[in-house]
Amino acid sequence: MDKISLCMKILVCITHVPDTTSKIAFSDNDTKFDSTNVQYIIGPYEDYAISKAVDLKSSNEAHVTVLNVGRSESDPSLRRALAIGADEAVRIDADPNDTFYVASQIANYLKKTPYDLILMGRESIDFNGGIVHSLVGELLSIPAFSPVMQLAVNEGKVELTREIEGGKEYLEANLPLIAGCQEPIAEWKIPNMRGIMTARTKPFQVIEAYESASRSINKNFELPAEKGGIQLIDPNDVEKLHELLRNEAKVI
Amino acid sequence: MSIIVFLEKEGSNIRNTSLEAISYASEISKNDNTNVIGVVFGELESSQLSKTGKFGCDKLIHINDSAFNQAIINVYANALNQIMNDESADLFITAQSALADPIAAKIAILQNASIATNVTELPNTEKEFIVRRSIYSGKAFENLVLTSSKKVISIRRNAIGLIENQKNTQIKISELKVNPDLNDAVITSTDKSTRKVLLPEADIVVSAGRGLKGPENWGMVEKLADELGAAIGCSKPVSDVGWRPHHEHVGQTGIKVAPNLYIAIGISGAIQHLAGVSSSKVIVVINNDPEAPFFKNADYGIVGDAFEVVPKLIEVIRENK
Repeated sequence: MDKISLCMKILVCITHVPDTTSKIAFSDNDTKFDSTNVQYIIGPYEDYAISKAVDLKSSNEAHVTVLNVGRSESDPSLRRALAIGADEAVRIDADPNDTFYVASQIANYLKKTPYDLILMGRESIDFNGGIVHSLVGELLSIPAFSPVMQLAVNEGKVELTREIEGGKEYLEANLPLIAGCQEPIAEWKIPNMRGIMTARTKPFQVIEAYESASRSINKNFELPAEKGGIQLIDPNDVEKLHELLRNEAKVI
Repeated sequence: MSIIVFLEKEGSNIRNTSLEAISYASEISKNDNTNVIGVVFGELESSQLSKTGKFGCDKLIHINDSAFNQAIINVYANALNQIMNDESADLFITAQSALADPIAAKIAILQNASIATNVTELPNTEKEFIVRRSIYSGKAFENLVLTSSKKVISIRRNAIGLIENQKNTQIKISELKVNPDLNDAVITSTDKSTRKVLLPEADIVVSAGRGLKGPENWGMVEKLADELGAAIGCSKPVSDVGWRPHHEHVGQTGIKVAPNLYIAIGISGAIQHLAGVSSSKVIVVINNDPEAPFFKNADYGIVGDAFEVVPKLIEVIRENK
């Protein structure tokens, strides 16, 4: 059981991204994402982060703030997080275009408003950077770990399980710390009616972006080349598959 | 000027993905004759030291403090940062991994550098420094201009492959020690697969799904993987029900792989699974359902019963060895 004596302050940073099944297309000479008919969601890894924060709330005295760096398009995702069980929402009003810029915004917020535990997703599913947690950790000199599969807090001490190539690593560290979450850290939660109703009255703050430079500029996007089409092989002629893999594809 | 390449080990061998990172650095260095400097920590077999020269490493810094065998991210990052300063390096390159990406992020902050992860090709350095990254879980690429004078790049497997470029590598033993003040966590234990080939490292991946009906039927998957020197993967439903461990789960929320050959057995090919395999060079699908969406995204396919096709395939591979 997770137990600490004082109220633990938890910050959950979320992304607002196209649904995993979205068809990806670009406009304006491949310089802009085409959001026509695209449904936006909270990134699946941040769904784990929110769910973990809400779990911690049920076993400890904890206060959960949900944060997004983005424009007003993100508000439905922040409200959804409130409906799932976060206590308060903050949006830093800025375009999340550059990894370092986003990390600077979060780090600046944390400098002014310290938290004990900062939960993020292991990566955003749009830009797949997977480093914002580590950048923020280094900017603030606090430990950051990702991808975290299990996390338990006990009197300021944290035990966590991190996935590594071909297995797991078990770690111990002290609060404050940052964790990039992935399954199976918590069961995904969905908002219930009571949650949706109470979300309307919870504090929702929009704050101005902090002055910070970007360190990269997106030039344009490209779609991958289409696959050439499949070559079907008779199940009674497995030799043929072997021959093709060896002599045509040259991969075995 | 020089390029620092972080070399990660598996046991006492340098990982193949790290050797690819040397190739990547070596190709960049051809443009302006910069030095490629590999950095490796902890105990290492001597044969490994010369291996780096084959792929274009000019100098190898070996930090032979066994304390690094149990080191954590923060300790590595600070040691590598110091080497970057000592060697006046302006570029840091690593192969993507659970250890390397957080190290890369920390170095980017310490060096005031631009950073790009998930990089899939050599940079275009004609006018600006542009890297190509995989985004939207493999469904698109972005061309990203890195604007700071120093840069940190984490490359994805098979970004360029291994390119031989024999150099007479100068080996330097560094006296750098672990700074215990930097320990911000303790690794209490690790739990690693006993298979020889790790999923993100493998040239060939054999992956299976619910079509196999139960964990007791993975024997033939293991046999096929052993014959091919392949790693084993699985679909999300299979790891969710605990037939296979999570570190074998390939897909959007699992491991993303980019092998030369991906063989999918009894996996229907949900979009979330495809997100984890779309960077594979060649995809083979074996499934008894001709309507399985995976067939639309494969290079070769067999519509048939896996329990008949896979043993036959194992036999054919054995006969042709």
